[in-house]
Amino acid sequence: MTLTITDLKVSIGGKDILRGVDLSLQEGRVHGLAGESGSGKTMTGLAVLGLLPHGARVTGSVALGGRELLTLPHKELNRVRGGEVAMVFQDPATSLHPMLTIGRQLTEHMRHHLGVGKGEARARAVELLGKVRIPGAQEAYGRYPHQFSGGMRQRIAIAIALACSPKVLIADEPTTALDVTVQAGVLRLLRGLCDELGLAVLLVTHDLGVMSAVADEVSVMKDGLVVETGPRGRVLREPAHAYTRSLLDSLPDSSTDEGVR
Amino acid sequence: MKRDPLARKGLLRRLPEAWRQPLAVVGVVIAIVWLVVAVAAPVLAPHDPLAQDLPRLAAPGPGHWFGTDQLGRDILSRVMYGARVSIPLTVMLVALSVLIGGLLGACAGYFGKWVDETIMRVADLVFAFPTVILAMVVAAALGASLTNAVLAVLVVAWPAYARVTRGLVLGVREREFVLSGRLLGFSAWRSLRVDVLPNVTGPILVLATLDIGTALLLLSGLSFLGLGAKPPSPEWGAMVSSGVEVFDSWWVATFPGLAILTVVLAFNFLGDTLRDALDPRTARAIKERAL
Amino acid sequence: MSLLTVDDLVVEHRSPGRPVVRAVAGASLEVNAGEVVGLVGESGCGKSTLARAVCGLNSVTEGRIAFDGEPVTPLGLRRRKLTGIQMVFQDPYASLNPRRRVGDQIADGLRTSGDTVTKPADLLERVGLPRDFAGRHPHEFSGGQRQRIAIARALAARPRLLIGDEPISALDASAQSQVATLMRDLAVDSGAGLLFISHDLSIVRLIADRIAVMYLGRIVETGATAEVWANPRHPYTQALLGAIPKPDGLGVLPAELPGDVPDPADPPQGCRFNPRCPHVMDVCRVKDPDFGPVACWLHEPSRAHTP
Repeated sequence: MTLTITDLKVSIGGKDILRGVDLSLQEGRVHGLAGESGSGKTMTGLAVLGLLPHGARVTGSVALGGRELLTLPHKELNRVRGGEVAMVFQDPATSLHPMLTIGRQLTEHMRHHLGVGKGEARARAVELLGKVRIPGAQEAYGRYPHQFSGGMRQRIAIAIALACSPKVLIADEPTTALDVTVQAGVLRLLRGLCDELGLAVLLVTHDLGVMSAVADEVSVMKDGLVVETGPRGRVLREPAHAYTRSLLDSLPDSSTDEGVR
Repeated sequence: MKRDPLARKGLLRRLPEAWRQPLAVVGVVIAIVWLVVAVAAPVLAPHDPLAQDLPRLAAPGPGHWFGTDQLGRDILSRVMYGARVSIPLTVMLVALSVLIGGLLGACAGYFGKWVDETIMRVADLVFAFPTVILAMVVAAALGASLTNAVLAVLVVAWPAYARVTRGLVLGVREREFVLSGRLLGFSAWRSLRVDVLPNVTGPILVLATLDIGTALLLLSGLSFLGLGAKPPSPEWGAMVSSGVEVFDSWWVATFPGLAILTVVLAFNFLGDTLRDALDPRTARAIKERAL
Repeated sequence: MSLLTVDDLVVEHRSPGRPVVRAVAGASLEVNAGEVVGLVGESGCGKSTLARAVCGLNSVTEGRIAFDGEPVTPLGLRRRKLTGIQMVFQDPYASLNPRRRVGDQIADGLRTSGDTVTKPADLLERVGLPRDFAGRHPHEFSGGQRQRIAIARALAARPRLLIGDEPISALDASAQSQVATLMRDLAVDSGAGLLFISHDLSIVRLIADRIAVMYLGRIVETGATAEVWANPRHPYTQALLGAIPKPDGLGVLPAELPGDVPDPADPPQGCRFNPRCPHVMDVCRVKDPDFGPVACWLHEPSRAHTP
């Protein structure tokens, strides 16, 4: 099952946010979407799930395995959200409900989308927590988000996203708010899950290092358009577009040992 | 980090959008009408508010559109002149409460320790009493007069401002720009004056605007109870009080009552609009609806 | 004599109903005039607390902070005399007074240093902003611009020591190295020392002469930047550097450091890093390596010269 975005245009309040984005996700591959803030990369992810702000006008096509998502009626789209396309957000402090145990947050999801019974949902939830490597999954099930560190919360958010076995995972800056050693763990987890479950992952991030570690393909966005797409190695080592080159040049490590004091 | 354009705009720039809400328009219109009446009462009023030369308890009709009271005075003229009494007093009352309460609260919040303890315990003491009862006690103790009624309301009103200001100051005090100022050698007073106070005025302004209605009611209430304006002063609360005695002649109490009602409503609407305009989240919602 | 000396600093946090937390548990550091020292570490390591203590914004529980040989006094209600230390904070949206013009705020700094010749617009120019920005208010600027203004304000006071507490973390990636380099250049040109705190090692590598690595309230390694980068000795420094994903297009996943940062209220016995250290030895679990420049039993300084 693949997700194909064709000529996606989004405008809000007369301002063009996305001006014709083309993108394609495949099973088992991580597609990185790079760009600075204001380039429209987050909006692209939100548009797929129909989570754009009030008053946004959308044209173009977002096709999931042949089905057009932009024109789906509300009820259908709700089924797709969480069930087939899931999202992980940036801030682990606010992406989880602070008043519900994480077990409840996982099972709510599952019971809504998959209609499974309580016992089965719980078993699956504990299994998922193990899969995202939360230590002591059984006890963790009954704990609240504030009892976990940022990295753990992000793993839990990933578990919730995967609860209903979606085909597509959109991760919007999933590790930007995390420390670098914690980020390493979450990136390994994402890559591992993508390989193991055959997920199609859209990884939105401004960090080219993260992109380089995890992505198979990379698209670079600027001002609402994709300016370059290609395999990760090629785009990051031999960028074809001047903007990609300037992004790479502006990195502090760009000229390897130059600038080291 | 995303820039919220609405949060960046100053108060004055956000007002125009917010003012277009229907309630705000109503509030502004009523307030302006009363302002005009208060200023131009000597010109607009058909009769002398104190003259007792009309037929007594006459129903509303030509010559006395609001009717007359038990002493033959024209109620319309008295209501108009009442605006000159009630509205300026109320506004001055709220302004004084804000000034005194705000300053005390700011000191409590900024300097902390025993200053905070003292001021807040006094405030708590005032809070412990029911507002109206305490105002009545103070007014009675000082002697019934409009000035003393104002003082009584002042005594019960300042703690609320002190508490709100203290909370706001506590929040602003730790912000980085305040710390920067101190590191640059600002004295505590300079820091309070230049950095802290200008940044807490927004919510206090909203509170004050919403409070004008309450203050008017309290003032009128005291006068109604005979603890405020003395006859023959055309103060609205006192007029309602005397009208209650002649309940059959409904117009004597109703028109001044309506006057109080409309002014309270107008300032409530204004206060709500001001609050919505100042809060970046609701201001954004207003803007999006307009898109 | 060094400009700033931090000696065995301990800063405790007390919250009612919770045990005392040593946010800084014995840290020592030096900054010399004209030198840039980068203090790096992850969340909860205490680097911000240390920076604030150096400024006098946090009170010192144990240890000494000396600026030019004189102890640093905590910021009280009295006017601060020690204006030779200035700080640039992390949040660009809280670092300027929203109600005052930018030029007036910079003028505060000029007044502090007694400079009657320089104009605020001159300082705006030095930080790379147009002169006519002086009449505007902070909300008209982006995060990066606001940070530059905050830097201008701090530098206007002619500090001998400039401290940056994660000054670039909230900025766009492209603005980060620009603003960091600006701080470095301006500080060093004026002969001041710069203590630059960040969790981003790549930026610190770019501008710092020396690096100090902090973990759970202690400084675990210090050294010249190039040295530490090429040859990290403390296992935590090694893990930190190994975890940075390189934008080289090779698809290499960064190395993971297992475990979580322990609760600072209840640090491990012995070396604080021992539960997560890949080279842990028996002595590490028992004795705390309380020495520098590398606080690790693998690199115990030799006692060859005992008299």
